[in-house]
Amino acid sequence: MFTSSSAVTDHAPHRERPYWHPYAAGIGLGLVLLLAFVIMGRGLGASGAFSSLVTTVVHAVAPAHAQNNAFYQEYLGDGTKSPLHDWLVFEVIGVFAGGFLSGALAGRLRTTIEKGPRISNGGRLTLAFLGGFIMGVGAKLARGCTSGQALTGGALLSVGSWAFMLCVFAGAYAAAYFVRREWI
Amino acid sequence: MSAPFYKYGLFGDEISLVIAFLIGIGFGFFLERAGFGNARKLAAQFYFYDMTVFKVMFSAIVTAMIGLYYLSVLGFVDLSLVYVSPTFLLPQVVGGLILGVGFAVGGYCPGTSAVAAATGRLDGVVCLFGIVAGIFFFGEVFPAIETFYRATPMGSVTLPQLLGISYGLILFLVVLMALGGFLLAGWAEKKFAHLRPE
Repeated sequence: MFTSSSAVTDHAPHRERPYWHPYAAGIGLGLVLLLAFVIMGRGLGASGAFSSLVTTVVHAVAPAHAQNNAFYQEYLGDGTKSPLHDWLVFEVIGVFAGGFLSGALAGRLRTTIEKGPRISNGGRLTLAFLGGFIMGVGAKLARGCTSGQALTGGALLSVGSWAFMLCVFAGAYAAAYFVRREWI
Repeated sequence: MSAPFYKYGLFGDEISLVIAFLIGIGFGFFLERAGFGNARKLAAQFYFYDMTVFKVMFSAIVTAMIGLYYLSVLGFVDLSLVYVSPTFLLPQVVGGLILGVGFAVGGYCPGTSAVAAATGRLDGVVCLFGIVAGIFFFGEVFPAIETFYRATPMGSVTLPQLLGISYGLILFLVVLMALGGFLLAGWAEKKFAHLRPE
């Protein structure tokens, strides 16, 4: 039943374990964030790693173009090391590994497309790309995403992060009506 | 006082990257455990029938916030050495609204799309490509919007500093707000249960 809405089906849905209770997962997540504060003196992030990736590619293709742009320049630094030699890049590689590990242990590794029952696979994938594109722009304008601003800055009581977090919920609830056929 | 360890020079940059990887594993693990590798679970937040996003996010924020506060009160962590990213109010408000729209349309935020991709969700993979494309677009138009990007700078300011209220009291208020939110979330899930698709 869990996979009935997707065209790409899985092999063993019956072995899939339920997700953790939200508060158990949330406390676990909070302790990881606390560890980052205590060990590193900084929090978590996600979109910054993708900025380093984009900067690396742009710099490889058009070095002068990248160096003349203040956005790419911030990730290039003094040019003595690759933008990929960065804390957030290694952290996000860990996120992929940790997500895979948890999914594997719970029997949740499946090639599938997550969507509501009223939209086609193609429609869902198109909106996934569009949504990602919009988020990429929003995250860079806000200097971080749900990880670096809402979660990390939220726990540090940063003014900008709290304003950002409230606006994320506001924007999402405002848009939800228009994409309801994608989800419900 | 001996933490943050990195800021006290207990280890160097190379070790910090190993730690980044290990902390990332923990981050990705708990995101997946919460169900955040699944866009339907995440998007459900915006139709009120499953408020897991709110519950996980605020229990995580409260846990880290209280933990950090008590570790600093006990003198174990120097709170002033924990990096608070500077506030640029207007671009962060607009960026938040834009990211929120993208979240509802794409079904993931940047971190959770990585978890979705890692567990085989093709929509997560495509969403990641969208994020990369969006960042590239932002980078290319950056010279034109740089003035707005740097508008309304307020420095690394926190709610206690802005409001002139003690850190402990703000902390108490955030916990109260979260607890109230958890109660409301439970109520909303019952009220909007009929929206859950089957």
